[in-house]
Amino acid sequence: MDAEKEVKTITREPETFQMNYIGKPLRRVEGLEKAMGKAKYVDDLKMEGMLYAKPVFSRHAHAIVKSIDTSEAENYPGIVCIVTSKDIPGENELGEVVHDYPMLVAPGDKTRFEGDMVAIVVARTLEAAKKGAELVRVDYEVLKPVLSIDEALKDDVHVHEPSNVKHFHRVRKGDIAAGFAQSDYIFENTFEVGYQEHAYLEPQGMVAVPDIDGGITVYGSMQCPYYVQSAVARVLGFELSRVRIIQTETGGGFGGKEDVPSYIAAPAALCAYLTGKPVKLVLSREEDLRMTSKRHPIRVWLKVGVKKDGTLMAVEAKVWGDMGAHGTLSPIVLWRSNIHAAGSYRVDNVKVDVWGVYTNKVPTGAFRGFGSPQVFFAFESMMDEIASKLGVDRLEFRRKNALSPGDATVTGQILDESTGAIETLEQAEKLSDWSNLLKRVEDFNQKNRLRKKGVGIAHIHYGVSLGAMGNPLDASGAFVQIHKDGRVGVHIGGTEIGQGMKTAMAAIAAETLGQKIEMIKVYQPDTSYVPDSGPTVASRTTLFSGNAVRKACEVLRKRMVETFADFMKVEPSKVKVTNGKFSCPVGEMTFGEVAAMCDRNNVPLSETGWFASPRLSWDPGKGYGDAYLTYAFATQIVVVEVDLITGAVKVEEVYTSHDVGRAINRDAVIGQIQGGFVQGMGYALMEFIKYDEHGRMMTENFNTYIIPTIHETPRFRIGLVEKPFELGPYGAKGIGEPSLIPTPAAVANAVSHAIGKRVKRLPIIPEYLLSLITQREAEVV
Amino acid sequence: MKIRFTLNGERLEMDVREDQRVLDLLREELGLTGTKEGCGEGECGACTIIVDGRAVNSCLMLAPELDGRDVITIEGLSKDDEPDPIQKAFVDAGAVQCGFCTPGFVMSTKALLMKNPRPSREEIYKALEGNLCRCTGYVKILEAVENLITKEG
Ligand code: FES
Ligand code: FES
Repeated sequence: MDAEKEVKTITREPETFQMNYIGKPLRRVEGLEKAMGKAKYVDDLKMEGMLYAKPVFSRHAHAIVKSIDTSEAENYPGIVCIVTSKDIPGENELGEVVHDYPMLVAPGDKTRFEGDMVAIVVARTLEAAKKGAELVRVDYEVLKPVLSIDEALKDDVHVHEPSNVKHFHRVRKGDIAAGFAQSDYIFENTFEVGYQEHAYLEPQGMVAVPDIDGGITVYGSMQCPYYVQSAVARVLGFELSRVRIIQTETGGGFGGKEDVPSYIAAPAALCAYLTGKPVKLVLSREEDLRMTSKRHPIRVWLKVGVKKDGTLMAVEAKVWGDMGAHGTLSPIVLWRSNIHAAGSYRVDNVKVDVWGVYTNKVPTGAFRGFGSPQVFFAFESMMDEIASKLGVDRLEFRRKNALSPGDATVTGQILDESTGAIETLEQAEKLSDWSNLLKRVEDFNQKNRLRKKGVGIAHIHYGVSLGAMGNPLDASGAFVQIHKDGRVGVHIGGTEIGQGMKTAMAAIAAETLGQKIEMIKVYQPDTSYVPDSGPTVASRTTLFSGNAVRKACEVLRKRMVETFADFMKVEPSKVKVTNGKFSCPVGEMTFGEVAAMCDRNNVPLSETGWFASPRLSWDPGKGYGDAYLTYAFATQIVVVEVDLITGAVKVEEVYTSHDVGRAINRDAVIGQIQGGFVQGMGYALMEFIKYDEHGRMMTENFNTYIIPTIHETPRFRIGLVEKPFELGPYGAKGIGEPSLIPTPAAVANAVSHAIGKRVKRLPIIPEYLLSLITQREAEVV
Repeated sequence: MKIRFTLNGERLEMDVREDQRVLDLLREELGLTGTKEGCGEGECGACTIIVDGRAVNSCLMLAPELDGRDVITIEGLSKDDEPDPIQKAFVDAGAVQCGFCTPGFVMSTKALLMKNPRPSREEIYKALEGNLCRCTGYVKILEAVENLITKEG
């Protein structure tokens, strides 16, 4: 895995001014605390009198709860209380976006998957809580579970009334019938993609504490403190002002800690409220795997029309997503499937329809890429299929149809200047030495009979931030305070989940204020400091929180410059601030000295910043319009080697180019790209969730749910395209998700290339691959 | 039962339950929360500590087995708040993202380098194959370890 030290960059224009931090490799600001084991994650918190909670989960995927008998459990030593639905003072309702997720299933109601909670046991020790949970007796009437998209579509057994199937979204552009009529060739195919578990290394958990303000404070592992705040308030029947959420250091999220933390915080908070004591609720890995959200299994049917010369004429797509037992975030996840299903190219005639279906399995939700990696796998597989039929180079075919500034997307949105699609194709071509790479692989394949190499390519676009569906949530705040010793405190509403948010915010604050980065402290988010800043998802934190921090810092800098100029008796325009120093032609002072002077002169040194997304003009009825603020683009090329005897696939080389607007912290961007790739590679090749016929998950720990280890890591060459986005802080767009989105498609295309058969299903586990090689289409398992 | 062992250079005598995991002894009784629990089944390496010079998963070891042993945890690597070179190397190379796996990786690396100051790449892979990281894709972790070896060499 010879990591490429030097990262190639295409920048549209020369830097107009020299920056100290932005665009440089920066050391992670909280890195040492983590490496030394000092950082506090939720399970590291311990409080005086703290109690432990364990949920009693449903034993059945689909059943009516007849009665709950807690008497035996109550008598077990160490048990404090057993909480059931009747103890909920507010609403018994957890779901974000869709409200169909009871926190505790009441007698007479249905459990809809094995992770539904029936009761919660609170005890003085964790051991007692676990034992107590085993002793709660629940009487069920077992119903037939719905365990696949096909069964759900039959709609004879309902998971929720009135139907298992919901039509969510559409895109309509041009005249689809005319587009196909004008096409020389028409291609049609169905693709299927399975679950993916986030497998963040830190399982989910919360500690809820009755606080001195008469409310509840909840500490925990999360991406979205404001979601948690609303859920806790809803369940307790509290005003929002009595619920305070503080994020602890969070051991990975990837979307898995978007809505799910609300479903853990609410029960923990209820137990704290009922007992008047701090309560810890941390899931074991098994509980986490069974209960918490996954990436949606998706089926995509695609029909694409092209001209002989390779012009894309028409795209029609039908998408079904498995929502599991509760709707939760599905409508917004599948909204992204809707916008990205017709690919990343110029095409005038488009028709997309998206359905969500309920099953009696784990609710699916947010996961890095948010409904887009699945549909890009389908679309980019089609692109390869078409190129091979037309006999044209795959990269050339993509370049011919790729989007440029001024072009319209599949939903009719006109693209802005920060559109680096073609640049990513060209950069990936150069990084991989494309034509020689194809020759090299061909040579290898001629010499080897039982091992074959393949080259795969995928090209994607990604709507940055929440888009039209999430417009009301798309705003973020910041609160910046400069202390009289020159130290700077930054509070934001976005969260650090490993992606490098704190370092990026420290860099933006340092750059804007002219202070040194080591003097900036970015605090753990706390809902009592900063107004609702929406979720830390959709690769939006750099853009939204970053802009809010920048705005607050600009105001503060101006005040300090004026104070200094006044003292020096010069024009403010003569003042320079950089690297912790104020200077002008007649003298200089340190940042700390100017801060102290401001303090003496009663110049206010705290400020809030706010950044809101401009309104987008999407028409959901018509299925047309501006879907997102802007788009990021990426092109990924991979080389795999397939063992035709065992069906094993190894990804060997990766060439990946990303249009990021601007890299705030170059090191973190590279880290995101490598980590995202390996996660996407796991999805493509090895990761899957298996249920038995009763709806019990069989892959509930890392011995059965296998993720990549250090052995699977490929060699990388990474390129960045930097075409600044005018609304981004210093031009940044975001990278969290585009790092993973093209990967399943690129890997699948490489495997298809190696074996000469089209991969139509993920993950490409050996059994599937071998049946593709050796059997005819109809017999493939 | 009573056990005696050395923890981060300090001799300890403790009463432990026979079925208590070393991980819980460290985290719950001794307040050493730098050692993490990611799976509880010996699959993720987040709970790695060093016992008699070897990296072990503390979630699979029972407290009585510590009797007479020499134990190092992540807290024992830094002297007076001065980080160990391995800890610095991880941060410098950008090998830390969410950080939940990091103490485990640092301990596995420490055990490797205590035995073998100049491991080959294959030996590094072997030593770190029991540690899962979901954030970094392992590239910068390998870089961190290799930087350390070249610097010391
Ligand atoms: S917690 Fe011990 S190996 Fe995962
Ligand atoms: S840094 Fe997050 S799991 Fe390794």
